[in-house]
Amino acid sequence: MTTTAIIAQHVRRTSLAQRHPAILMGSLGVLAVVLSFYSLSVGATEVSMSDVFKAVIGDTADQAAQIVVQFQLPRVLLAWLVGIALAVSGAVMQGVIRNPLAAPDIIGVTKGAGFAGMLLLLAIPGISVTAVVPAAFVGGLAAAGLVYLLAYRRGATPVRIALVGIAVSAAFEAGIRFLLVRNPLDVSAALIWLTGSLFGRSMSSVFEILPWVAALVPLIVIWARKLDVLGLGDDLASGLGEPVEKTRRLLLLFAVALAAAAVAVSGTIGFVGLIAPHMARRVFGGKHMASIPAAALFGVLLMLLADMIGRGLAPPLEIPAGLVTAVVGGPYFLYLLVKTGK
Amino acid sequence: MRLQAESVELAYDRAVIAKDLTLTIPDGKVSVLIGPNGSGKSTALRALARLLPPAKGQVILDGKSIQDTPTKEVARLLAILPQVLVTPEAISVEDLVWFGRHPHRTSLKVPSAADKEAVEWALTVTSTAELRHQHVDQLSGGQRQRVWIALCLAQGTDLILLDEPTTYLDVAYQLEVLDLLHQLNQEQGKTVAMVLHDFNMAAEYADHVFVMKSGKLVTQGPPEDVFTCDIIRDVFGVESKVVPHPVSGKPMCIPLRAGLRAQLSVATG
Repeated sequence: MTTTAIIAQHVRRTSLAQRHPAILMGSLGVLAVVLSFYSLSVGATEVSMSDVFKAVIGDTADQAAQIVVQFQLPRVLLAWLVGIALAVSGAVMQGVIRNPLAAPDIIGVTKGAGFAGMLLLLAIPGISVTAVVPAAFVGGLAAAGLVYLLAYRRGATPVRIALVGIAVSAAFEAGIRFLLVRNPLDVSAALIWLTGSLFGRSMSSVFEILPWVAALVPLIVIWARKLDVLGLGDDLASGLGEPVEKTRRLLLLFAVALAAAAVAVSGTIGFVGLIAPHMARRVFGGKHMASIPAAALFGVLLMLLADMIGRGLAPPLEIPAGLVTAVVGGPYFLYLLVKTGK
Repeated sequence: MRLQAESVELAYDRAVIAKDLTLTIPDGKVSVLIGPNGSGKSTALRALARLLPPAKGQVILDGKSIQDTPTKEVARLLAILPQVLVTPEAISVEDLVWFGRHPHRTSLKVPSAADKEAVEWALTVTSTAELRHQHVDQLSGGQRQRVWIALCLAQGTDLILLDEPTTYLDVAYQLEVLDLLHQLNQEQGKTVAMVLHDFNMAAEYADHVFVMKSGKLVTQGPPEDVFTCDIIRDVFGVESKVVPHPVSGKPMCIPLRAGLRAQLSVATG
């Protein structure tokens, strides 16, 4: 096939999705719900689909249903919330920084949150993972704040934010490694959290992240057109009456808060924030009103799949979801890098 | 006059570009800012459009300091087309022109009849209506520039500022763009102020010319007054012969190469 034919085919495919976004978006949503039900039944203990349905409609009389509600339901709900939070965070960052390679991982949030969480876990051995949540949140915000401050010079240009973000991420990564090397005896709990997993999380984790997603995601969707305007470049966006620096700062703050909340409850799950928005743009086009909800759905699908693969591959052994996303995400990131480099 | 800079000092970080610069954009006219590279003409235009806050002095729009006017309010009075334009991926002409309504819309409201009307008018007047479903990145240079101008027109402002709208365009496209701006001025009464590189284009289309050099306004006035051999030599550092355009009668400046310069000085000396 010639290059033009490939391009023509691609253009047609994208425009079809753009013309009927509701149908495609609906199908993605249905797929996510179906996967969620299936996911409720996969795991160390086999639970039948009928038990899953019983549990979901509130019939928790028998033991199988209790397993579903106590152990499986929180992790499926978390897969949804963490997937949405990471994907929307990434979509906003990519829009604001105007770089398809921007993501919570790049801008320093993930590593900052990881470092702060590790610090607490190692400083107070045996502390419950729940206590790590606020620490990771503060760490993520602090890292992003540091990036913004270092990048700021009469406004923070997208390129500077991306470059400083990579540098700050590397510094925190070094810090994490230093902590691991210094405390070889206590690292196992910290390491499990750091890798990113939905294992052993309870409903309290769900309620820790829920308010952030419920408050910020609708707000970001309402602001979708502002994100589109920022994409026109700083000068034209100002010319169109958008207070560029203020809007950019607020949107980045929302994105950082979402990512930090996600890392806080599930550890560092990489690549979802990078890949999901990219898939959404490819299928639904560049308008954020469509691409942000779509990114959220792709994020949910990625998280559900990663968690299911992690659970189902070699039960009763659990492979952390963060490891699965890294295995899948690494090559995808390289593919993106090669494609953008052209 | 609605838009003017009052003894402004313009600087990026600590590099001062212009000091004590005063200019008044004449209403209902086409004005052109011209000068060599680094003369501060684009910087001056950015200050006039509220994109660069002056270090000293102020820019006045409708009797108020432009920096004290909210950016959204300014965007309803004045449109600016920057030199470097970022075309969003796979966007249609119509969708791009809709961005011009941004200053008139709030986040949750659906577009009003006035919004739709303004977009239709902008598409019609720039002859881009038939391109509306095409992707912007598939258009020719001239068509694309007309679409960007349509975006500015959809803002519904009487004042339009453009930073080098013809740079990188072939001569046919340059004429296409400048003819459109001239027509907008003549038929819609728009005030147009733009930065141009080519003095012959400036002479042909401008009612009023600002000539700038090293951040200072050297002279201003109608092209007949400002385009003289002396000023061209002063500002651009080239010897030239200025003759009337054979058709329009506007001044035309013809730069001279070394051999001809000697000949000219013998002939006049």
